[in-house]
Amino acid sequence: MLLIYCPYCEEERSELEFRNAGDAHIVRPTNIAEISDEEFEEFFFLRQNPKGLIFERWRHIHGCGRFFNAARDTVSDRFYTTYKAGEPKPDVAAILKGEQDKGAAR
Amino acid sequence: MRKYSVFAVAREALRGHKGWGPQWASPEPRKDYDVIIIGGGGHGLGAAYYLAKEHGITNVAVLEKGWIGGGNTGRNTTIIRSNYLYEESMDIYEHSLKLWENLSQDLNYNVMYSPRGVMMLSHNIHDQQSFKRHINANRLYGIDNEWLTPEQAKAYCPPLDIAKNARYPINGAALQRRGGTARHDAVAWGYARGASDRGVHIIQNCEVTGIRRDENGNVTGVDTNRGFIGARKIGVSAAGHSSVLMEMAGVRVPLQSQPLQALVSEPLKPMFPCVVMSNSVHAYISQSDKGELVIGAGTDQYNSYSQTGGLQIITHTLDAICELFPMFRRVKMMRQWGGIVDVTQDRSPIQGVTPVPGLFLNAGWGTGGFKATPGSANLFAHLIARGEPHRLAAGLTLDRFRTGRLIDEAAAAAVAH
Repeated sequence: MLLIYCPYCEEERSELEFRNAGDAHIVRPTNIAEISDEEFEEFFFLRQNPKGLIFERWRHIHGCGRFFNAARDTVSDRFYTTYKAGEPKPDVAAILKGEQDKGAAR
Repeated sequence: MRKYSVFAVAREALRGHKGWGPQWASPEPRKDYDVIIIGGGGHGLGAAYYLAKEHGITNVAVLEKGWIGGGNTGRNTTIIRSNYLYEESMDIYEHSLKLWENLSQDLNYNVMYSPRGVMMLSHNIHDQQSFKRHINANRLYGIDNEWLTPEQAKAYCPPLDIAKNARYPINGAALQRRGGTARHDAVAWGYARGASDRGVHIIQNCEVTGIRRDENGNVTGVDTNRGFIGARKIGVSAAGHSSVLMEMAGVRVPLQSQPLQALVSEPLKPMFPCVVMSNSVHAYISQSDKGELVIGAGTDQYNSYSQTGGLQIITHTLDAICELFPMFRRVKMMRQWGGIVDVTQDRSPIQGVTPVPGLFLNAGWGTGGFKATPGSANLFAHLIARGEPHRLAAGLTLDRFRTGRLIDEAAAAAVAH
């Protein structure tokens, strides 16, 4: 079971409290009635499915109830970071480098 | 190929079993093939077998990054049935079931197909209405499926608890008598042996790292950890990794990869005569010929390639199993594992042409690919050989997510199947 840090509650809680909500950073087209079938397929059906770094939404459904985003590795299932909805994608390379530097300083 | 028979067994018994050779060859890859199939599971090996047997195309390689049958073919719960709701699904799963019935004879390899019956439990009025709709649809289409009362269900599967005050009361069941199980490893090995005998190259430990295309967009071959291998046609049949491979050719596909878990108990004396599934409480169970209870759990909620899965998923399934079959409460579980299943939004597979000329896709079998192995392989071979889908797989196209012609088994089953 995953341990997930909710950026609103500022607390690490078990996966049982959360619901995965799929790919993050998908913006609903404002002209949804006018877009082509290809664009609709892209918006509605096509999702990232990377082997490695994924940006995904989670909802703290049995907690604060809010949606937030996470950067996670889909091979190790390790969370690099979680961040509030509306914030830009974090720089995962910088996060990893920061950890490395901290490790070296120790 | 040495034909397996009772006489071969007798002859080898007299010779101290020194005459059994390898079941399939392990050749060095050629520079170039007519067809490359990526993925050495049951679907991929079967497609190669049918390409050689039914379409006369033998200059074929099956590339497998690990060992054959080591992915989902070796990780599933081996359930076979064809009682789906929609015609597109019934077509392909029933085609598959008919091939299962004679597969051991066809391959001269005992796949241990056992039509012991698949019984799906109904727990409430919604289940009952949904199952009866399935039963009617199936019977109108010529597929066996019948409704059982709780007492009939208990008679068919004596360990079942049908008490009125049970935690998950049972108000009936749908039974497909031709459904059952088969030996998953034997399916991969049997197809590998048959394909290899007809000249197909089975190349293990060969991971595809890129798909090459010429200036017109046609595929020309694949880059692998054993160098470039040319091909005029490429079939992708790589389950959870299909979207990763399609990305190499620049094609995005509506697939999500998630862990699906299964587990087996310690071996027990034979006492569980059929396969029982319960969609509502999410559990499925059968007993293998070794005596282990084979139990299937659900998928995890997030995308992952980790081949493990959360403990809460299997405990949830075991909770349900212990309520349905109180006699299993003290049975010890022996092993647990996960496989990576590729799930589409409508929970129906994708088998068809892709926007890239020469590239064919067989994926999205999600949580129910094993039962489809012979049928899917047979029709995938047809697709690759002819360049257009067989009538029975014509609805499973990749472009249905654009045209809107979905095959919504997700809503029909309301559960992984």
